[in-house]
This record gives sequence, C-alpha cells and structure tokens, in this order.
Amino acid sequence: MSLLTIEFNAVYAILLREAKIYFREKERIIAVLVSPLLFLFVMGRGLAGHSPVPGVSYQQFIFPGILCMVILFTAITYGLYIIWDKRLDFLKEVLAAPISRATLFLGKSLGGMLGAVAEAFILLLIGAAFILPLGPLRIAAALAASLLVSFLMAAIGLAIGARMKSMEGFGLVMSFLTWPMFFFGGALFDLNQSGPWLRLAAYLDPFTYCVDLMRHILLGWSVLPPALDLAAVLACTAAATAWGVVSFGALQQTR
Amino acid sequence: MNEDRAAIQTFGLTKSFGALVAVDGIDLTVPEGEVFALLGPNGAGKTTLISMLCTLVKPTSGSALVAGHDIVSAGLEVRRHIGIVFQEPSVDDLLTGRENLSLHSMLYGVPRREIPGRIERMLAAVGLTDRADDLVRTYSGGMRRRLEIARGLIHEPRILFLDEPTLGLDPASRRAVWSHIRDLKKRVGATIMLTTHYMEEADDLADRVAIIDRGRIRELGTADELKRKVGGDIVVLKADVGPEAFAGLDFVKEALRQDDTLRLTVPDAHLHLKAILDRCPSIAEVQVRRVTLDDVFLKFTGHQIRDEEGRDTIFERIAGSLNAR
Repeated sequence: MSLLTIEFNAVYAILLREAKIYFREKERIIAVLVSPLLFLFVMGRGLAGHSPVPGVSYQQFIFPGILCMVILFTAITYGLYIIWDKRLDFLKEVLAAPISRATLFLGKSLGGMLGAVAEAFILLLIGAAFILPLGPLRIAAALAASLLVSFLMAAIGLAIGARMKSMEGFGLVMSFLTWPMFFFGGALFDLNQSGPWLRLAAYLDPFTYCVDLMRHILLGWSVLPPALDLAAVLACTAAATAWGVVSFGALQQTR
Repeated sequence: MNEDRAAIQTFGLTKSFGALVAVDGIDLTVPEGEVFALLGPNGAGKTTLISMLCTLVKPTSGSALVAGHDIVSAGLEVRRHIGIVFQEPSVDDLLTGRENLSLHSMLYGVPRREIPGRIERMLAAVGLTDRADDLVRTYSGGMRRRLEIARGLIHEPRILFLDEPTLGLDPASRRAVWSHIRDLKKRVGATIMLTTHYMEEADDLADRVAIIDRGRIRELGTADELKRKVGGDIVVLKADVGPEAFAGLDFVKEALRQDDTLRLTVPDAHLHLKAILDRCPSIAEVQVRRVTLDDVFLKFTGHQIRDEEGRDTIFERIAGSLNAR
C-alpha cells in the first residue's frame, strides 16, 4: 500500500471516529444550539435593534452572524478539547500511529469541521422555517461557506489547544479570544456605522470576513466585496493550517 | 532492520522534567526477537523511557535507534515498526470494541481487505468476540486491557512496547495476557519490551531483565543471572538479634535489618541453618527461601520494590475502579 493511501486512510479513520462520536451524543447537538437560539429569538426579536438593510428585520440581519457564531464556538471548543485528549491518553494512540502530524492535523480539522457544519445545517433549517425565506440554492451556498469557516475555526482551536498544557487555559481562550472574535466580528451591528477603533478591531478579526461573506450569501448585503471576504477567509485558513501543522509537529504527551 | 540486528539501541538517553531527571543516561541494546523487561517501582522512569522510544516524548539528551531508525529525526519511520500497549487506558470509550480495532487498523496502514479477518482473529484471541459490538464504556478493566492488547498487536508490529500490561488485572486475566505475550514471541518472533513492577511477570516472561530505579539501569541480565548475583538463599529471621551477631560467620554474605526482621543472604542455607540459629538467643520465626527478583531489587537499589507501590498509584486506582465496576 502506498504511503499516500495510508495517509488518506488515516484521515478517513480520524474523520470516521469524530463522526461516530458526534452523532452518538445527540444531547450535545441540541445543547450547542441553545445560546444561538437565545441570541436569535430573545435578543434578535426582543431587543429588536436597528437593521441597516432596508426591508430586513434586525433578527434577519443578525442571522448570518449567529450562524457563524455557532460554527465559531463549536469548532474552537472542539479544537481546544485536544488538551483534554492529551491528558486522557486517547491521543497517545493516534500520536504513536505511523502517520505524519500534518495528516493528523488535517483529520482532526476535518472532524471539527464536520461537527460544526452539522450544527450550522440545523440552524439554517430553523432559520429557513422561522426567520427568513431561503431557497435550496442559498442553503447550499451557505453550507459551502460553512465548510470553509468551520475548517478555519477548528484549525485555530486545534493549533491553540496543541500548545496549551492545562484545561484551565480553556476558559481564558473563551474569554480572551472566542467572545472578542464574535463581538468584534460585526455579527450584531453594522460596521459602516461604527467608530474607527471598532472598525480597526473588526478588520483585524478573521471572524468579520466570515460573517460578511455569510451575510452576502443569505441577505445579498455585505460591507466588503464578497470576493475580498472569500480571499481573506482563504488566507486565514492557509495561515491557521500552517500554524496548526507546526503546533502538531511539536505536540508531545503531557502528564 | 539494521545490520547488527538490534531492535532497540539507546545511547545515553536522558529525559528531565525541570529539576527531575526521569531517565538518566540509559545505554541499552535489545536484540531482535528478545523479550526484555524493565523492572522497577512506579516513578522509576520506565514509562518515560518507553514514551521516548515510541517517539511520544522527545529526549532531553542522548539518542536511540528503534528498528534502526533515529527516534528524534525519523519518528515516522520508527512508528511504522512499533506497536504499543499503554499503561493508562487509551481505548476509545465512546466507540465499540470492533470500531476501536477497525480505526486502529486503518491508522496503522493495515490493507483494507485484511482488516475484517484480522479483527475477528484478534477478538477471538483475547476472548472479546461476544462483546465486540458493545461500547467500550461498558467494558470491565480486564476487558479494556485485553482490547488494548488486541489493538497493539493487530497491525503485527516488529517491535512491541507493553507498558505495565497487566496492571490492575485479576490473576486469571493476568495469566491470559502472559500466555498471549509468550505466544506472540513464539509465533511472530516479535521483539517485546515490557515494563512491570511485578516480579513474577519479569521472571516468567522475559529473556532479560533490567532493574531500573530513579532513572538508571542498576543491573541487567537474565532473571537467573540476577538471582545468582544475590549470592545464595535468603534466611529471614524474626529474632532478638542484630546483624553484628553473624559477623564471624563467613558463609553469611550479607545481613540486613528490615523493620523487625533480619535478612541474611546465605549460599546453601540448609547446610548452615543450625549455625545461624545457634547465634540467636530467642527466635519468633524463621523463613528460608530461594532468591526472588524481589531480593535482587533490594540488593541493587537498597530498597524494596513494594516500598514505593503506594506512591504514584493514580493509574492503579483508575484501573481498580474500572475493575470494580
């Protein structure tokens, strides 16, 4: 069997494992959707903020951002879980396998991507039913973008997780990375109408481009040209992947 | 494999964690096809040594060749030739036994067509056929252990590392694991490096035994050689007497006080027993026995292996609680 086939089978094996585990834990699939639904139905409808897009309600305006939020939280949490794996020894089995660390990283990222896209798909269906009309074409396009965004976020989570030693850091990452990424990303407001500092922070945030791209797909409205959004997301994905592969190369068993 | 047919070779292999030197300049050569036991208490550095050889931990200094490949610069090549059974449970709880074996086979490059057949054979070998489709979560500690062993063997590695393979197992399961290991050596001719803190295990399984303590190899040889080095039988006295009482007797090679007993090392003890007993004013208990690896350990490290068993036993507690379930 050629080396390439072995690496390919390994990616498939890792992916298969993540998929099996993911779909066996049905409670978690639902639990992940609770906070985005609160954002959509309590804040989106209750707060009923101002929507910058004519003919689009505030709830509809934040929907693409909340969709990205589900992906952000699911995928980054998944990635950080590798700290836990390191301590529990499940990872040892995979680390000792005759596959390159790049393959392992790819397999894990795809695994995280799969879980996040599944959540995004459920939320898309909920959105299509209760929030805004979505044709199959738009859902397909949104899913395609979700794949990319999910991979990016899982890669970021894994790269950070691979370098962290204790689960205590988990909360810090959530407070100092995930939430700021979400809030600065313009999921809840219009970047055009915000101050220069907020805008600067937003443009440094990879999540901004994900939200903007998703908004273009679902609402036909975006702050930046969609091609620029796509290019930014692709560039971030390439950078996160490179960083992740290096982090995984340095990965050692911790006790 | 390299020309001199050594499966494992280490050169001053060292690993420190901050101030703690877990493995301290170990030089070892394990020829192909040998069963080699690392015997030592918890915290002696056995697991760290094995983790380095499996490329899971990078050495602080020194180097090693496994299957002829450098563990630092050719980690991937090393991993293609080895199998590992970990000390801590590392089978995937959330999958079934069969799924664990199937994913492992894919990860380790077993050709797709061969996977189902091999899984059936391994499941039968470790007696898990009827529980194969249950989640590992529901397995007992012994069953997990057996599944781990099946997993370590399914890709037929040339070199197998077993880290405390029978830790936390009941005696029956332990014997079953031993017979698998013996069978593996006979049938496949695999090189096996195992760590243990059970004397019987090293004695029973290994071609050669290394006594490891505080990161260093204190003594190395066949179990018989090591026992001969102790130099005789052991006489344990519970009596009102100190080591100085036997100073004049040249057949007493060593006299050591241990708690409330006195241990004498005496070649051909049956010939000298009367002379020994004559020196004791009163005797509560006498025991004469053959040298065990326990005695070897005591001689070369200055303490008993069981002294430290209570120390770092979180894994034993885990294994114990898994067993109890």
